[in-house]
Amino acid sequence: MTLTYGLITGILFGFLLQKARVLRYDKQLGALRLIDMTILKFMLSAIVVGMVGIQFFHDLGMITKLDIKTTQVGANVLGGLIFGIGWALLGYCPGTQAGALGEGRWDAIWGICGSLLGGAAYAEAYPFMKKTVLTWGDFGKITLPQVLNLNPWLVIPVFAVGVLLLFRWFEQKQL
Amino acid sequence: MHSEDKGWSPYLAGALTGVVAVGSVLVADKFLGASTTFATSAGMIEKLFAPGHVEAVDYFKKHIPKIDWQFMFVLGIVAGSFLSAITSKSFKLQGTPDMWARRFGADPGKRGMVAFVGGFIALFGARLAGGCPSGHGLSGVMQLSISGLISVAFFLAGGIAVTSLLYKGGE
Repeated sequence: MTLTYGLITGILFGFLLQKARVLRYDKQLGALRLIDMTILKFMLSAIVVGMVGIQFFHDLGMITKLDIKTTQVGANVLGGLIFGIGWALLGYCPGTQAGALGEGRWDAIWGICGSLLGGAAYAEAYPFMKKTVLTWGDFGKITLPQVLNLNPWLVIPVFAVGVLLLFRWFEQKQL
Repeated sequence: MHSEDKGWSPYLAGALTGVVAVGSVLVADKFLGASTTFATSAGMIEKLFAPGHVEAVDYFKKHIPKIDWQFMFVLGIVAGSFLSAITSKSFKLQGTPDMWARRFGADPGKRGMVAFVGGFIALFGARLAGGCPSGHGLSGVMQLSISGLISVAFFLAGGIAVTSLLYKGGE
């Protein structure tokens, strides 16, 4: 059943990504060139709705297991920068290249092949990373409300208002 | 005049994606993420040639190379996108993106080589960071995790820096 849920969730996600037209190289690079913010509009809308929903159902006890990734500052920063370099060259991210292939943009195949090799290479490099980068600035599974020592329901509205102001600015600038 | 079908508002499609993300946690206990699948799929391919080696690799003890929820999720993205594209007549076979072609020429071979290298670097970086724009960007930031917020900031920093070099002074 888990596999079926994965497939259904993927179909819905792929469908919505395609509908928002964010699977395209031109849209991804448009965001990185700061001339077309469609992708940020899509992502931040999903994040705000998800943030409210997850916290709400968590409070009700219907979501018991959150999935906070460990904060390892060295790995998050270095890995983040390396990802960004690759993202600018590829023009897709790991998930959207799958979607790009689905709408016929077959240059994504080369990205997928490169990604498989990159994944294999990381598996080989993992013992080294575990001894070095992954130990730099390990703070465990922490969240912003924890660090600020605030109730999440104080942080979420501030985040949401910030996003709405950003959206207004995007629309004013026609980004 | 031919006008490109613009699809749905990114705000609407994004908000619905948020609903899907919450639904997935409620129904299946799964947060969205995609990059691990490329590493575990590489492990599945390696298993065909060197099963002993895969068993010895530490990383594959932590992330078992098998068909799991996330593998099906990534396959689903291909299918969902295809479904949406076909039913809205926006399916288009294209080997060189328009913006790329204007800047670097229409040769799909050149584009393919850079995409391959980019895919390698991106996945390596995502695995080091612990996630990609789905795992860190959507799922991480949704839970206000510090790792997600830091990673996304540096995804954008690295991406914007390299893009400004690639497209410097150009159209």
